[in-house]
Amino acid sequence: MAQPQNTAEQSVDQKTIVSMRNVNKWFGQFHVLRDINLSVDKGERIVVCGPSGSGKSTLIRCLNRLEKHQDGDIFVHGIELNNDVKNIDEIRREVGMVFQHFNLFPHLSILENCMLAPIWVRKTPRAEAEEIAMHFLTRVKIPEQASKYPGQLSGGQQQRVAIARALCMQPQLMLFDEPTSALDPEMIKEVLDTMVELADDGMTMICVTHEMGFARRVADRVIFMDEGQIVEQNEPEAFFNNPKSDRTKLFLSQILGH
Amino acid sequence: MTRKVIKAAPKKTTMKKAIPSDIDTQAGYVRIEDAPLLPPPPSEVGVTGWLYKNIFASMSDFGSVSATLKSVFVAASTLFILYFLITQISGLLDFAIFSAVWSDPEGLKRQACWTVEQGGALPNGWHAACWPFIEAKAKFIFYGAYPSDDLWRVNLTYALGGFMLAWVMIERLPYRKIVGILLLTVYPVMATVLLTGGAFSISTGTIGGATILGLALITIGRLGKAGYVSGAFGDLALVAGVCGWLVILFAAVLAVFAIDFDLEAIDTRDWGGLLITLVVAITGIVASLPLGILLALGRRSEMPVARFLCTVFIEFWRGVPLITVLFMASVMLPLFMPEGVNFDMLLRALIGVTLFSAAYMAEVVRGGLQAIDKGQYEGADAVGLSYWQSMRLIILPQALTHVIPGIVNTFIGLFKDTALVSIVGIFDLLGAAQSTLADAAWSTPVQGLTGYLVVAVIFFVFCFGMSRYSMFMERKLNRSHKS
Repeated sequence: MAQPQNTAEQSVDQKTIVSMRNVNKWFGQFHVLRDINLSVDKGERIVVCGPSGSGKSTLIRCLNRLEKHQDGDIFVHGIELNNDVKNIDEIRREVGMVFQHFNLFPHLSILENCMLAPIWVRKTPRAEAEEIAMHFLTRVKIPEQASKYPGQLSGGQQQRVAIARALCMQPQLMLFDEPTSALDPEMIKEVLDTMVELADDGMTMICVTHEMGFARRVADRVIFMDEGQIVEQNEPEAFFNNPKSDRTKLFLSQILGH
Repeated sequence: MTRKVIKAAPKKTTMKKAIPSDIDTQAGYVRIEDAPLLPPPPSEVGVTGWLYKNIFASMSDFGSVSATLKSVFVAASTLFILYFLITQISGLLDFAIFSAVWSDPEGLKRQACWTVEQGGALPNGWHAACWPFIEAKAKFIFYGAYPSDDLWRVNLTYALGGFMLAWVMIERLPYRKIVGILLLTVYPVMATVLLTGGAFSISTGTIGGATILGLALITIGRLGKAGYVSGAFGDLALVAGVCGWLVILFAAVLAVFAIDFDLEAIDTRDWGGLLITLVVAITGIVASLPLGILLALGRRSEMPVARFLCTVFIEFWRGVPLITVLFMASVMLPLFMPEGVNFDMLLRALIGVTLFSAAYMAEVVRGGLQAIDKGQYEGADAVGLSYWQSMRLIILPQALTHVIPGIVNTFIGLFKDTALVSIVGIFDLLGAAQSTLADAAWSTPVQGLTGYLVVAVIFFVFCFGMSRYSMFMERKLNRSHKS
């Protein structure tokens, strides 16, 4: 099926994995995303931060159609996100997502959680899917929990399973929606370590997070959002040491103040 | 500051219990030795523990006047309930077993269960079950007017169904999935042929037409899959493909029904008793669950038309009493049918009961769907599962597990509601038992009690069985492990 616009877009820039042009979104009367323009290259690590209600979660949820944008164009992996279910399915296959509350499937074992999507979406044979699942469970360092159920694991372990589950689809892009916000302090580190390793392996990542240490360490670019707009974006050093906008300065002083 | 606290603390606590030493309350305390691990007190474990927890826990506190009063009250009511149960159960056992008349060797019929006063041989004041009456009427209570020579067909149907159901339920057996699928597909066709005799007059034209239609639909589906159908019609083509297979299946069933197996045709008007109750209840249960699930999904759908239709359907059937539904099915429906077209009364009742309970089932299932966290839908979406995949693999397994008690509640209600079909002239278990009471040859004062006791016991066995199995399923499927 020819989609001239797509191929044109791809030929312009092979490196780009996400491009958002003049994206607007409303929740009823509330204008939650305002004129978002964003382009992410393959292999780039982006951290999105901002006060709560600034639209940062909504922004990344628009990238795999958990939220629908009403205006503007979004291309992910060269495919346009529109009402075409086929396009949405294709994009979701290439985009992994990790949620604040893990969203593991409690009625399935850890291994089954990881095998489910490869088997049903990618039509991977069962044995191979199990191999993939064990590979990624080993990578997040919990292969020994494979036969347990999510309810038997700690929050940090559950979040690592969630990362493994997303990786089992071997995605081109990983989205993290505040992955450490629901965790006890002593478990945040194990999840961040996993994410750092992932970043070191060259995974393209967009992370909504309040972990500024993580942002400093792995991000290629930090994006600051406020009131539904991208207010400032820069390399982490410049962003943290020399913020330009007053809103960024205020935000940074509030979260780094103590 | 700290000294003050230390001084104050023992003063307060000595009022209640003596603290061994006040060292525990000091700031800066360091434990040098571990406190020993002690065995639990007898009130926690063993027979004593069980008795304490389950019986005496709420009647052994005599610490204050109010606690003593409560303990005495609990003990007194326990004794009263025990007394009540013992007298009732012993009365029932006496009626049903110890004082009952068990046999009628001389063929006296009603006189076998008459007291001297009434003209029989039993002592005056005798009041217990008259089992020879049930023995004489057993065939009618269980099978209705089904021809005696053909009862093996009913029994074979029961045996096959029971065997397959047991196979599916026993977890150690292999091929349970296959047996389950056979139970839901092949078995109903077999049961229909066995019970009715099959050989329905279905024209070859009908079967052929259905087959051709099915093949045509499947072809459209294939074309859609191969990408020859463009745009929005592509999805419709896929739906057509699925429908095609269903139509082919339907044609196959019709073909089987048309075959003459050389069984005597037995009109459903001759069916009766437990047979009717089981046919109506099991068909209703098996058909209403999937239908209810589809209705529940439809009512929560984002498609306005589907949502509207499902809501209207559910509210209509929930708003009408079952008796009205059955009356409509038996009296009104034939008025709308063209002259000469007359389809089976039992079939009409079956459809009515099924649609009626599907509406209830839909609301139970909807309750389960609403209990599922939004994150589960998003998790399923994010890994790329389609709507039907995420429903089947993620949402429904959890939602249905949540509402097992409600589902079984509906099943049990349906099972007991089958008794209502007797008002449209179908003799179910209760109706059949009741009609035997009119037989003057067995007319005794205990005739009714004996008959109703049998009906009650049969209903109870089935309903209690479902209830226990559902509790087993609940425990088995509980994977939340929320400690």
